[in-house]
Amino acid sequence: MTVIAVVSAGLSQPSSTRLLADRLAEAAGRHLAAETTEIRVVELRGLAVDIANNLVTGFPSPALKEALETVERADGLIAVTPIFTASYSGLFKSFFDVLDNTALQGTPVLIAATGGTARHSLALEHALRPMFTYLRAVVVPTAVYAASEDWGATSGDGLASRIDRAAGELAALLSRAAPKRPAEATLIPFEQQLAALRPFTTG
Amino acid sequence: MQFGIFTVGDVTTDPTNGTTPTEAERIKAMVTIALKAEEVGLDVFATGEHHNPPFVPSSPTTMLGYIAAKTDKLILSTSTTLITTNDPVKIAEDYAMLQHLADGRVDLMMGRGNTGPVYPWFGQDIRNGIPLAIENYALLHRLWREDVVDWEGNFRTPLQGFTSTPRPLDGVPPFVWHGSIRSPEIAEQAAYYGDGFFANNIFWPKEHFARLIELYRTRFAYYGHGTPDQAIVGLGGQAFMRKNSQDAVREFRPYFDKAPVYGNGPSLEDFTEQTPLTVGSPQEVIDKTLTFRDSFGDYQRQLFLMDHAGLPLKTVLEQLDLLGEEVVPVLRKEFAARRKQGVAEAPTHAALVQKRDAALVAG
Repeated sequence: MTVIAVVSAGLSQPSSTRLLADRLAEAAGRHLAAETTEIRVVELRGLAVDIANNLVTGFPSPALKEALETVERADGLIAVTPIFTASYSGLFKSFFDVLDNTALQGTPVLIAATGGTARHSLALEHALRPMFTYLRAVVVPTAVYAASEDWGATSGDGLASRIDRAAGELAALLSRAAPKRPAEATLIPFEQQLAALRPFTTG
Repeated sequence: MQFGIFTVGDVTTDPTNGTTPTEAERIKAMVTIALKAEEVGLDVFATGEHHNPPFVPSSPTTMLGYIAAKTDKLILSTSTTLITTNDPVKIAEDYAMLQHLADGRVDLMMGRGNTGPVYPWFGQDIRNGIPLAIENYALLHRLWREDVVDWEGNFRTPLQGFTSTPRPLDGVPPFVWHGSIRSPEIAEQAAYYGDGFFANNIFWPKEHFARLIELYRTRFAYYGHGTPDQAIVGLGGQAFMRKNSQDAVREFRPYFDKAPVYGNGPSLEDFTEQTPLTVGSPQEVIDKTLTFRDSFGDYQRQLFLMDHAGLPLKTVLEQLDLLGEEVVPVLRKEFAARRKQGVAEAPTHAALVQKRDAALVAG
């Protein structure tokens, strides 16, 4: 079973960000054979206050903890944000700020965004991609941007084909990736910690 | 089992009336609180060590020496002593001195401080945080146990034929706890030496600390100091009480809402639900504290944080009355009734002297 977590930072209901997230998830499921794929959606809107509280207190509420664990344990991630003020939304960024910075190490990630105008589409490349690179995730080459006008476009090299190409890239990575195992805390025995400190000058 | 209080020593504006104590008032209040702790029958008073405003206690042995002169039974401790930025030679001497003045009523808790900038204030480099904690403590440990020390390390000048003075009281060093909020290396260090491990346990959910304590207990046994149950564990806790639970919530809420660490964040209700903080009746504090044993096993020391977030001195003293009269006597009885066979006693100077003498007789 391949588990894909879908993080959607859309704020309105219904939300075009969530709509894009669902279409990407559906396409990824199709590429992977849906019966062996489990999609787990995390809607950040309902966690907005919990995320802010986590920033203040340093620990997540039970509901946020469950969401963070969903992302951490998933084999792959589809992350979708609206573009606000030329970048990802603050809520989207804050969620990844409170996620452990090793949680996505080696995880295939598909990035996508929505916006009122196509003029902001490169925010995916200059904001989301470097953020996931910092988290040492493996970001698929095709990032999907959906402006308002894209929802009305027909076939060709429109939104549908970009969704399909990106989902195919994610599926290809997932089918090659080794199953994800939870990171184990490594303990350095104390003798070793002490020995590492012996000054070079003593015999 | 020992019960006591630990203080951060913050100067915080009282959010209900806008008044801020002066440093002098806060320092004297800390002393009054310590004396009250002895009066109401608590066992331990521990002070933080901080070198940045709004905190006042930069000089723990000065304060503890003064309190030692005014008390008879209270154990004087720290929460924490900065093993990273204090010279271990000075720690060895300061606390041995205090031990003599206080007739052995001294132990201390090692920590790495609450802020990165403290390192350069004392000529150190934050990138060496953990190595400093390890090397400095290794030296301190020797200075208290060997009369003449030859030593060379990475972070201070070498020592040749050095004797730290005065020697520890009765030749027995103060008991040491190692405090950590997140580092498994420190739990490992405490286990290696067979020292105590203290989990702050106030701001975060218990699962986090349960993992660290479990690691410490396992490694304590691995290093041959006893069974995991015999490891020496201390815990923090935090409470605000009134006879009537609703009164406690009503009175504490403005302090909670503006508290420096968690204020302007979650609601009081969510925070008490998710962390060890109790705001309510003495019975509720008793009930919550007893659950600590379920999460962490039998333990030796419970310290409560009572004076912070701008609470007035008068209120803190009332809290200590409730703690000493209604909470701790019940906790002593209940914890004793539940304690497993073979669990270690809480460390005291007398017990450590006795243990040392027994070891000498056994050869």
